[in-house]
Amino acid sequence: CVGINLRYRFHVSLLCKLVSCFGDRAGQFFSSGHTNNWAVLVCTSRFWFNYRHVANTLSVYRSVKRLGIPDSHIVLMLADDMACNHRNPKPATVFSHKNMELNVYGDDVEVDYRGYEVTVENFLRILTGRLPPSTPRSKRLLSDDRSNILIYLTGHGGNGFLKFQDSEEISNVELADAFEQMWQKRRYNELLFIIDTCQGASMYERFYSPNLMALASSQVGEDSLSHQPDLAIGVHLMDRYTFYLLEFLEDIHPASKTNMNDLFKVCPKSQCVSTPGHRTDLFLRDPGSVLITDFFGSVRKVELTMETINLTDPIDAESGELQKEMHTYADQLPVSEIIHQKPKQKDWHPPDGFILGLWTLILLVFFQTYGVKHLKHIF
Amino acid sequence: AMAEQKFRVRARALVCVFVCVVMCGCGRDDFQEELVIRPLHSGDIYTSFQFRTLWETDFTRENKVSHYRLFPKSLGQVISKFSVRELHISFTQGYWRTMQWGQPYLPSPPGAELWVWFQDSLTDVDGTWKELTNVLSGIFCASLNFIDSTNTVQPSASFKPLGIGNVTDHRFLRYATLPREIVCTENLTPWKKLLPCGSKAGLAVLLKSEKLFHSSFHSQAVHIRPVCKDDQCKTTSWELRQTLNVVFDLHNSGQGKNEWSLFKMFSRTLTEACPVASSSKIYIDITDNSQGEQFELSPATPLLSQAVVLGDRRTFSVYDLTQQITFGTMRSLNLLIRGKSSDMLRPLLHAERYVAGYGLQTGEIHTLMYNNHPYRSFPVLLLDSVPWYLRLYIHTLTVTSKGKDNKPSYIHYQPSKDRVRPHLLEMLVQLPPNSVTEVTLQFERALLKWTEYTPDPNHGFYVGSSVISSLVPSIVAMDTNNSRERPLFSSFFPSKEESSYFVRVYTEPLLVNLPTPDFSMPYNVICLTCTVVAVGYGSLYNLLTRSFQIEEPSPGLAKRIANIIRKMRGVPPL
Repeated sequence: CVGINLRYRFHVSLLCKLVSCFGDRAGQFFSSGHTNNWAVLVCTSRFWFNYRHVANTLSVYRSVKRLGIPDSHIVLMLADDMACNHRNPKPATVFSHKNMELNVYGDDVEVDYRGYEVTVENFLRILTGRLPPSTPRSKRLLSDDRSNILIYLTGHGGNGFLKFQDSEEISNVELADAFEQMWQKRRYNELLFIIDTCQGASMYERFYSPNLMALASSQVGEDSLSHQPDLAIGVHLMDRYTFYLLEFLEDIHPASKTNMNDLFKVCPKSQCVSTPGHRTDLFLRDPGSVLITDFFGSVRKVELTMETINLTDPIDAESGELQKEMHTYADQLPVSEIIHQKPKQKDWHPPDGFILGLWTLILLVFFQTYGVKHLKHIF
Repeated sequence: AMAEQKFRVRARALVCVFVCVVMCGCGRDDFQEELVIRPLHSGDIYTSFQFRTLWETDFTRENKVSHYRLFPKSLGQVISKFSVRELHISFTQGYWRTMQWGQPYLPSPPGAELWVWFQDSLTDVDGTWKELTNVLSGIFCASLNFIDSTNTVQPSASFKPLGIGNVTDHRFLRYATLPREIVCTENLTPWKKLLPCGSKAGLAVLLKSEKLFHSSFHSQAVHIRPVCKDDQCKTTSWELRQTLNVVFDLHNSGQGKNEWSLFKMFSRTLTEACPVASSSKIYIDITDNSQGEQFELSPATPLLSQAVVLGDRRTFSVYDLTQQITFGTMRSLNLLIRGKSSDMLRPLLHAERYVAGYGLQTGEIHTLMYNNHPYRSFPVLLLDSVPWYLRLYIHTLTVTSKGKDNKPSYIHYQPSKDRVRPHLLEMLVQLPPNSVTEVTLQFERALLKWTEYTPDPNHGFYVGSSVISSLVPSIVAMDTNNSRERPLFSSFFPSKEESSYFVRVYTEPLLVNLPTPDFSMPYNVICLTCTVVAVGYGSLYNLLTRSFQIEEPSPGLAKRIANIIRKMRGVPPL
């Protein structure tokens, strides 16, 4: 019945738009304040028994892609490979539901950071934009001051920290400072932070930058629990909070008008066993006026025009250069040439510090023992 | 963003006019697609896809190439920006079992392998190599950015260019492998997007990841090289080959029945060829099946073709997808192969490698190379690239064939430098006929710094496959005319002489355990030390600085009340 209500609302709002809104299109254009959407989805756990964290991240990836954010605007970080893991009885699939109903891995997934690349350093570098110059575009968060960013983290966490790959942690202070850097560099317009770990609410306690809204799956002192195991695969498939979040998001479509207050109600204590928390005091707008699609979907505002533009002719390959000499394929294993190959001349390098120091020491000891008067005999 | 969208809409309004302009003059690129199916004698089936785009253009000239049609733009920009002459990259999951499956049409090692020949006009090869690996990691969604100087080598005699050209100065060659690299759908997706028809038409509709990764062996590769345009070979064109080799397991995906069909292998059937392909064919290897005694092929096809591949003359049934008649009345093609193939010839060259020894300090690498030819001997070039944390003792290197010492006619060894360079060992060994040649080498394991361990160090560390390149005697005369029209699978390695053909064999990668510290120890040590300090020091401090006072026991309740009354009266307490 929730679906029917949404559809009814959609038709009413469409009628309203047709009747009244041709004039102030420019005003509507900037009412939400953002012009592009980005998503950074991170799974920080390694090993096969943490299958559910990868499934969590891929469910959010799937929803975000379905609602319109393209792959070029999604930075997906998965710390381990579950789909093609040798323990997976159905390769190239990651299921989110018992009985293998929904394959969230899909057929056209693009993972930007995988395996050992998912580290605290890389995560913070993506957020702040301080990446080495040769990093490809798909691995960068190229947001500007009109971008709405969705950040989703999942894994194992504790009071004030999140564990990355069983070897390092990120603390809530570091995260808050990274967001402050993003604010000062004008890298976001509004930011929605969702975390699904044990004691997740501790991660947003320290935020102090404006326009941040945060959701967590459990309060400090509580554990986030997993949903259900699958006997064929042998591990738990999803965490409870993200499972009900996925169920909620499956009802959202690109034109839906559901707002954040509905998102705060996802997974009450009766379903989640832990108490989900949220924080909106740093957010300037009222959460009731923020649409789900402001963060999970993508802005597609199209303006039609009848103007024409002239395109130049393509540059033709010059046909004048005729190579005179005949080319040949190289010999793949020229045995005689290899046997008579001259050894490579090693480049001469000046002696490094250690050798110089050693010789200085030897000379010093020599002159110490035998006296300086011998110097004139040598030089 | 708004301006961008406006521009896009305007551009779209004119696209139909522009396409007409394009069709007239500039279509000098050509696309061919091909699928070869070879039933193996163990009941498994080997399928090999090849997609080739040929384009006559010059990426190295001053004016940048701006108009791309069938050749993918991302790769064209990579070639021109990084002055690449040849690029070969492959992603493989699984190990090719030569003894059970024979020789592959295109060999590849487990994990990721990248080797590149740069143009001789390039000055800073190492810097360009680093940038190139980063860009390729973005294009193929793989962690190729882990390729750096600690796993890159510069072979001195192996990996000669496969395309045309005069330059063979090995300063411009770089080779690296990542044996730990995983291959999954995220690598297949961008690979499919490079094809002109994507995965929407032609042979690429069969590439569904759920079936492709449920196999014993999966390998996808991209090969870019300059080739001869015609017989005279005065002009060159750029060739891009995308290959995908899969071996489906009989018991895993075949459910034990000796019956294979396109639908069973790929969960799809073919309905049309790629519209921009000039040729789209399927070849089924029926050499041992001339009278239909081994296996049955349906639907039947009148087209037959013979090709010399891997030193042998093989016969193939051909299905031409550009002919509408191939699809029959159902408008879809589902090949059915029922039965098993016969015993195949023993491969002439294959190799094994393993680690011997015990404990976590020393070990020994053994590489065995088998020459199964009854009376001919041939030379092989062995390339070994070992990471720096296995310290090789080259003075213990022994090469023995049939129990006797076999001295290599060429050895090139570059020692490793800790945290900078790996070991590089190249040897040219003559393998005697019908023999096993064993190469042994002792090593010592290094202790890494604690930050250099991976998050899962108890899994072990990988050593990349050895590469064995060789000219193997062929049974029939090879075709040395490299520019004639030949099926794609037989024209990958150029042949210079008729009596032998070039083959490359990869050994298994090795998995070695390095001495691994217990990473929970710092936490344990801190807890223990703090406890000892707190209990020991604290007790001592208290004993030294505490002073004792005598204290009266507190009086009972009645006495306390009486004392209060007496205080109120002004009388001294009890």
